[in-house]
Amino acid sequence: MVRIALPYHLRTLAQSGAEVQVAVEGTTTISSVLDALEKEYPMLRGTIRDHITHQRRPFLRFFACGEDLSLESMDLKLPDKIVSGEEPFLVIGAIAGG
Amino acid sequence: MSSVRVLVGTHKGAFVLTSDGKRTKWDVNGPFFSGWEIYHMKGSPADPDRIYASQTSGWFGQIIQRSDDGGKTWFQPGFKPGEPTTKPDGMPITESNKFTYDTSSSGKPLTTHQWYDGTQHPWEFKRVWHLEPSLNDSDTVYAGVEDAALFRTTDGGKSWHELAGLRGHGTGPKWMPGAGGMGLHTILLDHKDTNRIYIAISAAGVFRTDDGGKNWKPINRGLRSDFMPDPTAEVGHCVHRIAMHAERPNVLFMQKHWDVMRSDDAGENWKEVSGNLPTDFGFVIDVHAHEPNTIYVIPITSDSLHYPPDGKLRVYRSKAGGNEWEPLTKGLPQKDCYVNILRDAMAVDSLDSCGIYFGTTGGQVFVSPDGGNNWNAIVSNLPSVFSVEVQTLN
Repeated sequence: MVRIALPYHLRTLAQSGAEVQVAVEGTTTISSVLDALEKEYPMLRGTIRDHITHQRRPFLRFFACGEDLSLESMDLKLPDKIVSGEEPFLVIGAIAGG
Repeated sequence: MSSVRVLVGTHKGAFVLTSDGKRTKWDVNGPFFSGWEIYHMKGSPADPDRIYASQTSGWFGQIIQRSDDGGKTWFQPGFKPGEPTTKPDGMPITESNKFTYDTSSSGKPLTTHQWYDGTQHPWEFKRVWHLEPSLNDSDTVYAGVEDAALFRTTDGGKSWHELAGLRGHGTGPKWMPGAGGMGLHTILLDHKDTNRIYIAISAAGVFRTDDGGKNWKPINRGLRSDFMPDPTAEVGHCVHRIAMHAERPNVLFMQKHWDVMRSDDAGENWKEVSGNLPTDFGFVIDVHAHEPNTIYVIPITSDSLHYPPDGKLRVYRSKAGGNEWEPLTKGLPQKDCYVNILRDAMAVDSLDSCGIYFGTTGGQVFVSPDGGNNWNAIVSNLPSVFSVEVQTLN
């Protein structure tokens, strides 16, 4: 299971805790992790990536194992520690005003 | 005994204020959707317990919320607790927060609009500014969005589809965003002709359909906007709000960027009725529930100074449908008041003694239970108020 850490406002939408766990089918990439997240929590569709383009929303960032993956390809294969669940995949809201 | 429910959308959540018909003691419930911008909430005339809310965020996009119990509990349409949210194949049953512009059969963008620098710019969905439930079907709701377009749901908010005739009728390239963005902010449903709808856009103007939303025409003759190269152009006017009385839908009142206007022929022609107002800039305008010729505005100093003249918060009432205005001040702050009142932040109830409500960017919500003669603050310290609506309950 892949662990995903969600920002506060997405937790309230998903009615979840700070982290959720999802089963990812196939290769564990940014895209497949988000596919699994949206399948388990369909109310999050459109909140992390655009409905049509599937691109990351501008004020969100992705991190894994201390690395900023925000500008990487959505097809980037994630580190083994993310695949195994040892480390969470982080979805973080940009610090940009209040 | 009759009661009222006031729906308040703010910069940091939603609030539901309730009172009996006296409107002197209030219960305050909320915040709902804490930390999110609530642009607008409105109840269904067909089922007062059905309320829709526009929940938005620059980070996470657009969410539609719905209550089926008068605002006590909320859910995203299609994601009601205890009910299945996905189909057997794992796909979501609904996409209540998906607003996709019609690209016509060609698959290409329907049109472009004018950007701040005069160049053409593609339409980009940002948020829902206004939700207008149908008069007779609680599952049908119209949504006015930024960038300006009109959407409709017929399944209680589970899915939304654009009424593309509005953007597609030809003047789209001349529309432009105002300082607050290019939003479709006003939707007026004709109570006597179900095929007639009026909408208003900043900055494009007022449009009307007479066939349920298929075809639209601009109705801005008589408006004058000196910031435009052609001040009397067919479109491009920064209309801030329009209002009508349900029993007299051919008479429209408008608070334009500058100028208070009136039309007596369903928008075909407009004339200025600013009269003796201290300034004719402002955002809100509304009509008394029982007196179709009694209207209310709140003058704001100017487009550069978004606060009341002289630091005095004054509602102005005209019982003559414009031109002759009287200030209403009793109970309102008359010094050191520098708040703004945004375009969707005034409403009226329909109790025998008509109540008038408005919210401020300073977090106050005021009520006058006697048509404007006397005012009280229901609450004084909410987040900045975006919108106020009221339901009269029996």
